[in-house]
Amino acid sequence: MSRLFDGFSWQDLVAWLPDLFAGFLISCQVAALSLMIGIPIGLICALGVQSLRLPIRAPLLIFVEIGRGAPAIVLLQFIYFGLPHSGLALTPYISAIAALTWSTAAYTSEIIRAGLDSVPAGQKEAVLALGLNRRDGLYYVLLPQGMRVSTPALLGFSILVFQSTSLCFTITLPELISRAYGIGSTTFLYFPALAVAGLFYVAVCLPASFLVSYLEHRSSAETSH
Amino acid sequence: MLEEFFLILRGASWTVSITLLSLAIGLLFGFPIMLLRSSRILPLRVLAITVIALIRAIPPIVWIFIVFFGLGTGVINISPFAAALAGLGVIAAANMAEIYRGGLISIQRGQWEAAKALNLKPIWTWRDIILPQMLRVALPASATYAIGLLKDSAIASTIGVTDIAFQGARLTQETFEGLRIFAMVGLIYILLSLPIAWLSRKADFVLRAKVAR
Repeated sequence: MSRLFDGFSWQDLVAWLPDLFAGFLISCQVAALSLMIGIPIGLICALGVQSLRLPIRAPLLIFVEIGRGAPAIVLLQFIYFGLPHSGLALTPYISAIAALTWSTAAYTSEIIRAGLDSVPAGQKEAVLALGLNRRDGLYYVLLPQGMRVSTPALLGFSILVFQSTSLCFTITLPELISRAYGIGSTTFLYFPALAVAGLFYVAVCLPASFLVSYLEHRSSAETSH
Repeated sequence: MLEEFFLILRGASWTVSITLLSLAIGLLFGFPIMLLRSSRILPLRVLAITVIALIRAIPPIVWIFIVFFGLGTGVINISPFAAALAGLGVIAAANMAEIYRGGLISIQRGQWEAAKALNLKPIWTWRDIILPQMLRVALPASATYAIGLLKDSAIASTIGVTDIAFQGARLTQETFEGLRIFAMVGLIYILLSLPIAWLSRKADFVLRAKVAR
């Protein structure tokens, strides 16, 4: 065990922290932007794949199925390494946000769709009986109830998005893992550097996951009586 | 184009073996972790909760890097394949423990009480009463997780396992046909996930038919 920390001293840690923290902030930015853009697109997809018009439904289904079916790392490489060959070169930062937005939109569309499906049929019939138009019915009746059900799952997925920013290492985005790996390759203190980077993830994801399981517990307790 | 498809497909054996083996590690080690997590002894339960949460809080790529670069430089000599298995296996064990537990807590108290009333030994209680019901509930979530693992296995390409994602990235650099290559890579992953989904639906159907009244 001690060999893992051979040559490591606490001064090293102090020297690394500003660099790692800068990477951490990039990870946070990418995750936050991907979620802020991705979830609204996910909502649009959730509504769109239920459309009766094939020209709307088909492209959205393809978008969702590729976003969910292909590994996030392949989406990242597709956008960063693949698109330039067809004339669209993006920076690592933009590529990271684009790829994770795609993945977020695809997964959250399924989460939101499940939430909307859980709204009792009587509510939809009530919307019709009251003569509300589709938009008002959705906005005032179905979405508030559906999104309430979806919220714990959306938060749980947000943790996964934050974790998947670590994949952006492969497209040279200077996020947390890139920096830890960089420190490792110059000092050969791979283990301590990666362990500290791991602790950054723990510091965010551990409390967040406990919060999510508390919310899940609470919402399932609410619906059970 | 067909030639490129088969070049990428050469990585499939690595992708499939990483997925299946790390799933096997998860299925195996998930069980004792689940037992600890459901233990009546509080310190054991707290230990299991902490370990599971800690494992899941760290992204897969970090686990794989810690094993491959962290342990691999200086401590033990480890191949990229073994490092990927160890990293993904650890995460799979934690996740499978939670999936098993979901199955376990779905079993009603009466089942335990009935087993006790019939004076069944614990081993028979588990084998004949608890496990069949628990696994049936855990199956859909396990299949979903297996598909997730298939996609997570692509991370192994970052440490040099020549899987599908690796072949795709290499071919892109050689041919400058990124759009087409990555479309094929994505398609292959989707195609690979179809048999898992199909098997799970089939197994679910069979198991459901068994208990349907």
